[in-house]
Amino acid sequence: MSNNFLRRVDLIFDKDCDFKQVLQSAYQKSNDEIINELLESGLKGRGGAGFPTALKWKFTAEQPDPEKYVVCNADEGEPGTFKDREILFQVPMKVFGGMAICAKAIGAKEGYIYLRGEYRFLLKELESQLEVFHALLDEMKIPFRIKIIMGSGAYICGEESALFESMEGDRGEPRNKPPYPTVSGFRKKPTVINNVETLVYSFMIFRYGARKFKELGTADSRGSKVFSVSGDTPKPGIYELELGMTVEQFVEEFGDGDTKAVQVGGASGFCVPRKKFKDTIIGFEGVPTGGSMMLFNSSRSMFNVLHNYLEFFEEESCGQCTPCRVGCQQLKLGIEAVKKGEKHANYLEQLQKLAQTMKITAKCGLGQSVANSFFSIVENFKEEMIY
Amino acid sequence: MMAKQINLTIDGMPITVDEGTTILQAAKKLNIHIPTLCYHDDLCVAGNCRVCVVEMKGSRTLPASCAMPVAEGMEIQTNTIKVRTARKHIIDLLLSEHNAKCTTCYKNGNCELQELAAEYKISEPMFIDLVPHKNYQMDAYSPSIIKDDSKCIRCQRCVRTCEELQHVSALGVAYKGDKMKISTFFENPMFEVVCTNCGQCVNRCPTGALVERNYVDEVWQAIFDEDKHVVVQTAPAVRVALGEALGMEPGEIVTGKMVTALKRLGFDSVLDTDFSADLTIMEEGFELLGRLKKALVDKDPNVRLPMATSCSPGWIKFIEHTYPEYLDNLSTCKSPQQMFGALAKTYYAQKRNLDPAKIVSVSIMPCTAKKFEADRPEMRSSGYKDVDYVLTTRELAIMIKQAGIDFASLPESHYDSVMGASTGAAVIFGATGGVMEAALRTAYEVVTGREVPFDGLNITPVRGMDGVREAAVKIEGTKPEWSFLEGAELKTVVAHGLTNAKKVMDAVRDGKANWHFIEIMACPGGCIGGGGQPIPTNEEIRKKRAEAIYREDEGMPIRKSHENPEVLAIYKEFLGEPNSHKSHELLHTHYKERQRY
Repeated sequence: MSNNFLRRVDLIFDKDCDFKQVLQSAYQKSNDEIINELLESGLKGRGGAGFPTALKWKFTAEQPDPEKYVVCNADEGEPGTFKDREILFQVPMKVFGGMAICAKAIGAKEGYIYLRGEYRFLLKELESQLEVFHALLDEMKIPFRIKIIMGSGAYICGEESALFESMEGDRGEPRNKPPYPTVSGFRKKPTVINNVETLVYSFMIFRYGARKFKELGTADSRGSKVFSVSGDTPKPGIYELELGMTVEQFVEEFGDGDTKAVQVGGASGFCVPRKKFKDTIIGFEGVPTGGSMMLFNSSRSMFNVLHNYLEFFEEESCGQCTPCRVGCQQLKLGIEAVKKGEKHANYLEQLQKLAQTMKITAKCGLGQSVANSFFSIVENFKEEMIY
Repeated sequence: MMAKQINLTIDGMPITVDEGTTILQAAKKLNIHIPTLCYHDDLCVAGNCRVCVVEMKGSRTLPASCAMPVAEGMEIQTNTIKVRTARKHIIDLLLSEHNAKCTTCYKNGNCELQELAAEYKISEPMFIDLVPHKNYQMDAYSPSIIKDDSKCIRCQRCVRTCEELQHVSALGVAYKGDKMKISTFFENPMFEVVCTNCGQCVNRCPTGALVERNYVDEVWQAIFDEDKHVVVQTAPAVRVALGEALGMEPGEIVTGKMVTALKRLGFDSVLDTDFSADLTIMEEGFELLGRLKKALVDKDPNVRLPMATSCSPGWIKFIEHTYPEYLDNLSTCKSPQQMFGALAKTYYAQKRNLDPAKIVSVSIMPCTAKKFEADRPEMRSSGYKDVDYVLTTRELAIMIKQAGIDFASLPESHYDSVMGASTGAAVIFGATGGVMEAALRTAYEVVTGREVPFDGLNITPVRGMDGVREAAVKIEGTKPEWSFLEGAELKTVVAHGLTNAKKVMDAVRDGKANWHFIEIMACPGGCIGGGGQPIPTNEEIRKKRAEAIYREDEGMPIRKSHENPEVLAIYKEFLGEPNSHKSHELLHTHYKERQRY
């Protein structure tokens, strides 16, 4: 790394990890000790929403129902994100290990990996790794089994409750919340659902200890995180970086010298314009991200960028709730109409109000987060929307 | 165990409710009206339309009040500027996707979206009209139900109805995003899929996306044709519901006014399906006794028991699709509508000296599946189409309004003759359990010569709204010719709503049933909750209609089918005896297996 502020770490892809030993030491702990260790680490979910992972495990552990599940959300679908694919490709055992530790903490006998339809090419290898893993569990007398369920290519199925519906063989539509998965998840049973990266970090915390993990990052954003870098960059790829850097530091490292905006967190994330690079921290105190970092240079039309995102949402909304299904169509047609001059430029304000309604009334995170890219692009690149 | 009590405030007013109550239900207790669209009393909560959002202190988002359970200390505001703006946006979004040619819509004036748009004073469309961007198609091939996607607001009430209440799942959600729609298996037309035509979806659709195929114009045409003799029959459940569609309260008995209205509309003869309901009891009762004799005395291994009723055309289509191996368990009796139709163009034509070719036979039914039933190829045993047009209760209300009749102020009058006389036993066909009760009243008396041993002929165990109800009657003191039934216990079961029909049929299939006689009605509550009945419907309304049915029965001078004088006369003059050759020719039929997919 050329940049002093940007610390590249290598926790999860480290191949020297003694997998069995980490699992053994975790299994020697009591359930409370496991959850406390995780709590101490400050790990927040790596899917983007950032819910403290330990609390998710704790709430599920507290449920009296003896039938519980741990589910690995490997339905990575956010545009510009490909880090879970890399993790599953490189260190699948650590993902399984994270699930096994979670299973111990909450009292689950079964785990499921919901694998994105487009990642079917990973299936064969994952299954052969699972055989090795299960053999090891047998040897260690751990009564836990993992199965893989394939998705069919719907973005909405990354939303946890839609994912359960899909796993149960139904149409992938989000459920009403509450109840949350910790109370009623897969098969309406208490369920921990974590994404691939969260589970890997959970496992690694039991290798390095909570304290070491906590030393990385900031008060709000502990540890390191895997980023998938794409767009106008000479260095696209997967990088594990310490949390807490500013967008400016990120652009210094990965930009092509002409970066005008960075989309943090993919289509459902935030667009940071150049003027805000310096003051914007990548993390929960600034712009949170599931890992997608897209760089745009001056050759890009931000109208086209937004239009692409809206096209994506218009198609990937499950269509169940009104604000999301119709709202996405209206936002897309709306910016087209303004661009063509069929609607006055002040129609953008109307659309922003609509996006605000979507943000507070849509049934799930998909519809709620459309407003993120819409607001940040329309506000910061208004002239590109009109002329 | 007492439910835990939760304290919260809504619009500043404190209220204490049971744990598990939703905000919507709690607000209702405070007489606060929150608008809803996808919500329906009969169905599971969906939270799809988001019209019912409210503001909840401490929450970034506005939760849907229909789907959000109360929590201790919750502070809810139902009418803030934030809530109003959001609701208006949502209504506007729905309108932008909706073919809003309200003036030419069948549901004009009876549409929940229209009401909501009026309530929120949507004067100018806020967003771009999406209708021209959609490739909307209308499915108008079914004789019963028309599906118009351009009017669909995707609330999924119909999907939930079809799956939860009916276990049919003919309707489901297809595609996603902007292309998401309510569709059928492989997007086939409704008449090619497992749809039973029950119309429960029509009854719950908030807009004009699902409506009955209406034959009002055809019937007017026939009425005004001097050359035609138009007879109309009215089903038992219509007389306790029609009033609702004409501004009266649920549960009003409007039999006399309805007859007057039909006469004023210009029908040449106003007759009663109750007549053929009584006839059905005679045919079906003797058929059951015959099957029991074959099974018990003749030890005939081919006789199929339990015998199941065949009055409900939705149920018939369901069994054809879903349990075809049990088709022989069905009574071979046609439904009262079809018995009436077959007799209208034979017996009635003879008695009135009319050319059957010139008779137009119309029926007023609480049911959309009756339209399909009338169109079945089996239903032409008079040599003509036995029933030409079937109108729902709603369609009759339309005709009454169109004719400018002030229904509430009408005097009462009596049905015409012949085929106009009825009994209390026939009236109760309208409610779930009614056919069973009517059959027992007759069968017991035929076998023993005494009235069925229940207080005042009211066989209460088969009444009510429980999904599946069992009853047993011990037969004692038989007449000599029925001595083989001495001491036998006649076991019966009643189910309404096809989800309950499935429970009964699964028990039969799994050998877990020892019933002799099964009554199944496709619709919740039986015909009083039929798919052709006034909208809205919910359990409370259905109970009121059912109570009215039993009141009507209690008030009838004759309450047993075998005492209906016109029924006795038709056997003497025309049919001979129950299950005679002629009866079988005109009043019985067989059904066929249909594919599930």
